[in-house]
Amino acid sequence: MRHILSTLLENEAGALSRVTGLFSARGYNIDSLTVQTTEDPTLSRMTIVTHGSDEVIEQITKQLNKLIEVVKVIDLNESEHIERELMLIKVRATGKEREEMKRMADIFRGRIIDVTEKTYTIELTGPGEKLDAFIKAIDSTVILETVRTGASGIGRGERILKI
Amino acid sequence: MEISGAEIVTRCLQEEGVEFVFGYPGGAVLEIYDAIFKQEVFKHVLVRHEQAAVHAADAYSRSSNKVGVALVTSGPGATNALTGIATAYMDSIPLVVISGQVGTNAIGLDAFQEVDMVGCSRPIVKHNFLVKDIRDLATTFKKAFHIAATGRPGPVVIDIPKDVTMNKTTFSYPSSVSIRSYNPPTKGHPGQIKKAANLIAEAKRPFLYVGGGAIQGGAGKEVTDLANLLNLPTTNTLMGLGALDGTHPNFVGMLGMHGTYEANLAMQYCDVLIAVGARFDDRVISVPSQFLASPKKIIHIDVDPSSIAKRVKVDIPIVGDVKHVLTDLLAQLRESGQKPNAEALANWWQQINEWRKPNSLLYTPSTEVIKPQHVIETLWKVTNGEAIVTSDVGQHQMWAAQYYKFRRPKQWINSGGLGTMGFGLPAAMGAQLANPDAQVACVTGEGSIQMNIQELSTCKQYHTPVKVLSLNNRYLGMVRQWQEFFYGTRYSESYMDALPDFVKVAEAYGHVGFKVENPADVEPVLKEAFGPSLKERLVFIDFRTDQTENVFPMIQNGRGLNQMDLPPHMRDYQQVPFENNRDYGNLS
Repeated sequence: MRHILSTLLENEAGALSRVTGLFSARGYNIDSLTVQTTEDPTLSRMTIVTHGSDEVIEQITKQLNKLIEVVKVIDLNESEHIERELMLIKVRATGKEREEMKRMADIFRGRIIDVTEKTYTIELTGPGEKLDAFIKAIDSTVILETVRTGASGIGRGERILKI
Repeated sequence: MEISGAEIVTRCLQEEGVEFVFGYPGGAVLEIYDAIFKQEVFKHVLVRHEQAAVHAADAYSRSSNKVGVALVTSGPGATNALTGIATAYMDSIPLVVISGQVGTNAIGLDAFQEVDMVGCSRPIVKHNFLVKDIRDLATTFKKAFHIAATGRPGPVVIDIPKDVTMNKTTFSYPSSVSIRSYNPPTKGHPGQIKKAANLIAEAKRPFLYVGGGAIQGGAGKEVTDLANLLNLPTTNTLMGLGALDGTHPNFVGMLGMHGTYEANLAMQYCDVLIAVGARFDDRVISVPSQFLASPKKIIHIDVDPSSIAKRVKVDIPIVGDVKHVLTDLLAQLRESGQKPNAEALANWWQQINEWRKPNSLLYTPSTEVIKPQHVIETLWKVTNGEAIVTSDVGQHQMWAAQYYKFRRPKQWINSGGLGTMGFGLPAAMGAQLANPDAQVACVTGEGSIQMNIQELSTCKQYHTPVKVLSLNNRYLGMVRQWQEFFYGTRYSESYMDALPDFVKVAEAYGHVGFKVENPADVEPVLKEAFGPSLKERLVFIDFRTDQTENVFPMIQNGRGLNQMDLPPHMRDYQQVPFENNRDYGNLS
C-alpha cells in the first residue's frame, strides 16, 4: 500500500543521503521524495512517498527514526491529509491545437507560464492523480517535456508536524 | 590560549578518559600524531594494518565497559578500517574511529589519498561526521562518544581534514551534550512490563532467550536473577554467551544453526518466549515461518525499536534498556508473586531434560588424532573457565562457543554478526590491553589467523602475552563442511596447500611456538602455555586437528529449529519427538 511519510530532519550536509542510502540499503521503495528547508532554517522537511506492506512501512518508520539526524517521522496515511504535486509540462501548441491546449489547461486549473510561437509551458498543481489525468487527457504526441516535483503532504485540520 | 586542531583531538580523547588509541599514521594525520607525541596521558598502539586497529579497539571495548578508539589516515587507511567498522556495527560495539581527510580545499578534487570516508562508512556506522570547521571539533567529539556509547551502541566515525588539524582556536570541552533528534530510551513502558509479567504467569512452557544486548547492556545479573526467580530454561545466542553462566543448571546451551538439540527444541516448542536483547536473526531462528509454525507468545525486550518486529512479529514489545526493563520486570514479579504453574514447569523441565540426555555435543574421542572439541574443553579446564576467549570465524569459532562454558559477560569476544575472519588476533591484543591481568586466548584456524597474522608483531611491541590456539585442519573447515554436505564433497578451493611452519612464524616474530600432533600432548602444552614460565610470552600453538571433523548439531538453510542434522550417535533422533498435547499440569 502507498504511504506518505513526512519527516523533519536536521538541515545538515549529508542528511538527505542518509535517508536515501537507508532506502537503497534495505531494499525499500521510494516513489518520490521532496525536501526543502522549513521556516526554521535548522530543519528540513521531507515528504517520502513509498509503498509496502504494513510490516515494511513500520520498519521504514523505525529505521528513519533511528537515523541520528531525523527529528520526527509521521505517516500521513494514519489520518486525513492533503497532498499536492507540481508539474511543469511543455507542449506543442500550434494551429488549432493552440486554442485546445489553452482550454485544457483552464479545465485543469493550470496556468500557462511560458509561451513561444510553437509551445506552451503549463504549470499544474494537484494530487498526483490529477496530474496523471491531465497527461492522459491531452494528445501524447504534443508533449515535449514534463517535470514533476513528487508529492508534498500535510495533515488536515489541527494536526501538525512540529518539534 | 589557542591550540591546534590536532591538540584539540588529543585533549578531547583525554577528556573522555581514553586509555589506548589503536592506529596507524599517514599524511593526513601527521599533525594529530605530532600532538600524540607531545602528550603522555593516553597510549598509542601502533598496529600493522588499519583493520586490526579497529578490531583491537573493538575488543578493547567488548572486554571492558569503555568506548574503543582507533585512528587512521585518509584514503587507504580509512578504507582498510571499514571491515573493522562494519564488524563493530553488526555487533553493536561502541567505537570512535578518527580518520584523516585531505584538506578542505582539496576535497572532491581526487587529491592524493582522498576517499569520501563519510560516504564509504555511512551504511556501517551509527553516525559519522565530517568536521570542516575547527570550532566544531570539540563538540563533535563529545557528540561522537555520547552517540557511540548510549542507546544501542555502535561505531561513530569522525573524518577530519588536515587543515582543520592545523588551524588554531581556543579549547573548551563541553560538559554535557544534548541532541534534540537523539533520545535513546531507558525505562520500559510500565504497562507493557505488567502485561509481560501476566503472560509469563500464564506460561506452561516458558523459555528465556538472551542475546548480545544483555552483554552490551550489562544485564547479566538481571538475566541470571530472572532465570533463578522463575526457574526458567535459558539459552544464550552466540553473542549472548556468558550472560547466563554456561555452567548454570538452567542453561541449555547456545541455540541456532549450531545450537544444542535441547536449546533449539525448547526455542521451537516453548509457549511463552522472553527475548532479551536478541534479534531473531537468520542464524538463530532460521526461517521465521517455520519458527512460528509452533504457536507461541513472544515478549521482546530491546533498546532498539527497529529490532522489534523486524523478522518476527511479537506480542509484547518492550522498548528500553534491557537492564532497566529486567529490573522493573523482576520487581513486578517479586511484588505480585506471579510465576508459571509449578506442575507445568516441572513437566516442561522433564521434557527438556529428556532432550538433554543424549548430549548433542558428544563427540568421539580419539587417541590418534586431535579432536578440535577436545582442545577447547582442555582450554576450559586449564584456564578454569576464566579466560577471555576471542575467536576468528569458522568451525573453530563454533566449537569455542559450544565447548567453552563462558562464566560471565564480556568473556567471549567474536565477530558474530559480520563474521569477519582476521578478527581474533587483534581482538585478543585489545582484550589483553584492557585486562592486563587476565588470561587471554585466541581460538583460531590456519585460515583465519593468516588474515591478520602481521599483528604478531604488534603483540611483541606491546607485550601482550595472549595464547593463540590455532585449530589447524589444513582446510577452511566450515567451507569444507558445507561442501561435504551440500556440494557433493567437491572441495573447491577450501584446501590450503603450502602452509607456513607456524612455529617458525611465531619465533620469527619473537614469540614462542608449539606444534601439537598427539592428543596426549594437548593438555601438557596448554598447561605450559598458560603456566608461570610463559606468563609473559605470546604462545602460538599449532594444533594439527582432525581434518574430517564437522560441527554438530547443524541446521541447514531453509530448515526449522526442529530439523537439525545431529551428530552420529543421535541419528535416530532426526525426527523430533515432541508431543504438543503433552499434559503440562492442571492450570485451572
